[in-house]
Amino acid sequence: MKHVRPAIVMIVVMTVITGIIYPLAMTGIAQAVFPYQANGSLIEKGGKVIGSALIGQNFSSDKYFHGRPSATTEPDPNDASKTVPAPYNAANSAGSNLGPTSKALVDRVKDDATRLAAENPNTPIPSDLVTTSASGLDPDITPAGALFQVPRVAKARGLPEDKVRQLVQEHITGRFLGIIGQPHVNVLQLNLALDAMKA
Amino acid sequence: MTFNGWLQIAIYCVLVILITKPFGGYMTRVFDGERTPLSPVLHPIERGIYALCGVREDEEQHWVSYAIAMLAFSFAGFVIMYGIQRLQNVLPFNPADQAAVPPDLAFNTSVSFMTNTNWQSYVPETTMSYLTQMWALTVHNFVSAATGIVLAIVLIRGFARRSVRTLGNFWVDLTRCVLYILLPISVVVCLVLIALGTPENLNAYTAASTLEGAKQVIAQGPVASQEVIKMMGTNGGGFMNANSAHPFENPSALTNLIQILLIFSIGAALTNVFGRMVGSQRQGWAIFAVMGVLFLGGVTTCYWAESAGNPAFGQFNVDQTTSALQPGGNMEGKEVRFGIANSALFTTITTDASCGAVNNMHDSLLPIAGMVPMVNIMLGEIIFGGVGSGLYGMLLFVIVAMFVAGLMVGRTPEYLGKKLEAKEVKMAMLGILILPLSMLGFTALASVLPVGTAATANAGPHGFSEMLYAYTSATGNNGSAFAGLSANVPFWNDTLGLAMFIGRFLMIIPMLAIAGSLVQKKIVPTSAGTFPTDSPLFVGLVVGVIAITGGLIFFPAVSLGPVVEHFAMHAGSLFDTGS
Repeated sequence: MKHVRPAIVMIVVMTVITGIIYPLAMTGIAQAVFPYQANGSLIEKGGKVIGSALIGQNFSSDKYFHGRPSATTEPDPNDASKTVPAPYNAANSAGSNLGPTSKALVDRVKDDATRLAAENPNTPIPSDLVTTSASGLDPDITPAGALFQVPRVAKARGLPEDKVRQLVQEHITGRFLGIIGQPHVNVLQLNLALDAMKA
Repeated sequence: MTFNGWLQIAIYCVLVILITKPFGGYMTRVFDGERTPLSPVLHPIERGIYALCGVREDEEQHWVSYAIAMLAFSFAGFVIMYGIQRLQNVLPFNPADQAAVPPDLAFNTSVSFMTNTNWQSYVPETTMSYLTQMWALTVHNFVSAATGIVLAIVLIRGFARRSVRTLGNFWVDLTRCVLYILLPISVVVCLVLIALGTPENLNAYTAASTLEGAKQVIAQGPVASQEVIKMMGTNGGGFMNANSAHPFENPSALTNLIQILLIFSIGAALTNVFGRMVGSQRQGWAIFAVMGVLFLGGVTTCYWAESAGNPAFGQFNVDQTTSALQPGGNMEGKEVRFGIANSALFTTITTDASCGAVNNMHDSLLPIAGMVPMVNIMLGEIIFGGVGSGLYGMLLFVIVAMFVAGLMVGRTPEYLGKKLEAKEVKMAMLGILILPLSMLGFTALASVLPVGTAATANAGPHGFSEMLYAYTSATGNNGSAFAGLSANVPFWNDTLGLAMFIGRFLMIIPMLAIAGSLVQKKIVPTSAGTFPTDSPLFVGLVVGVIAITGGLIFFPAVSLGPVVEHFAMHAGSLFDTGS
């Protein structure tokens, strides 16, 4: 019985220290020192939030570079117990969780590959363009995945392919210190630059 | 596999080795009650906590009293956490208007965070209020980790002290662990993560209007403050559903490196604490070497398997080769910024330890790569391991290995001068065997019940793997998943909750009994017949005992899941759920 008081007091004290003081202090400091990052690296255009630099968004127009397939969902408006696909739903991150021998996975890859082969025939399709990301919110594609889409984007915008390819090259983020990580292209930033180029 | 990939893995290994000794030295000072550079600030707070709790700093406990204190504390935390979840709809800091958490889910989540498992049957963004995240979940990220660490310290004291009856004071060890170790590092690294892009706010979810004019709601919250302790405490429960794959939780390859270093930091440092406390750092490095060998085996297998890519995609002209422009390999369920090497590395580390955070979706790993995390957890997460639990789990295997060595030469086994007798060996076997009983027993149960198999998202052997992984992860207090499994139903929430409870406490009690028995023993002087436990032979023996024990227990189950799926995949078989 002598453990009852310390058990209760200790969990209350720890809640105050690690559950209240710590996160609120961190939030206070973060808002003062790193407001941009602390609020989600939001990008504004004309006073309106158009997204986050870290969060991918859904692109379907031929004029824009597309991100990777996304497996995120939202509740079915007709039946709340079911879900329907909602790519890049940033309030419900998720992967496909399809295993390597899943027929659903292979069928999906086949459909996407067929569609992509039509827009850029006779070119091998970079695997990131037909695979869903872990979060469903991957903001990036590989440099190969961006270069693959150059002919489509250039044609839709009436721009020379070389100019669009040049823009992609400028937007490749390399490895940290040349070693850590994987070269990638942020799709939203690239598309913003495309829009800026036209103007 | 690329040179760069191996270079990244090698850099990681070097950084872990560099952390181990200084951090181990600091932790030793903390648990020995010596002054540290932080003492002038923290010691008054520490004394205040003891006064409030009515605890005397210099009063030591017998192992039974220590165990009861630990259980009482865990139970109190469990009750409060359950209550907060059930009442979150009427409590403040709930800008997304989350409803009260249902009873079976609140039970599962409370057991999960109390036991340092952090299995998540729910989607955090649509389930938990900010208040629940901070008051219930962040708090237990700290205290469940601290509980694991102090239990390892107790077992170390069992070896280090001689001819006494007490092992320390739970309340004092716990307080010191949180105040001097977990909190200061969390504060510093939290600010680094924020600077690198992880959000920390109490804002409502952001409604953005995308470039194409669609509406995108972006989940926010005090992410960074929970992220640090989630990794360092080997908790692993994500603030977001996608966990460390979510670009807010883990924005870049640099934050990824920080996260995987945090996972191993305490587990690695504890080997050094062990060495220092028993009077020879070489003993600690020998344990480190056993862990290192098993780690390298895992990461090599996982990286090799994932680099191959999915053979079913080749027919569609999909390019899975490695080049300067893409990582290649199996990119389903992975993030571009991490690629294959950092994903395989993270998967191996998070299951070597009992972390369970993920930066890629384990359900979508190729069969042999997915087997690596499963086997890591089955072995008991002793490869650096969960904070504390890794070391005490490993020491149980060491006791068995020394027993085997003793049988070979026909003398009473001893370790660090303590004779290992029938009681210690029996308790060690009990602690080791309780895990497979729960992992395999529950999997067998779920496999024959419609409510069990109905939850799987994939058909064929992969569906079996999903169930096996779930109970393995829960029992091992890991928390990662083959996440396609729809576990948020009463059958799964309740049985997984039970498995987490068994895996945590039924392993701890035999371990504490060993500590209580060892601490009373005298030290036997070293003689010519003493087996040197800081030699490569010792490392090889322990690795062998772990591999044989794990193989004998788990090979049949693993062969029904990942092994058969691997051969089916290469034979071109596909499995249809029929829906």
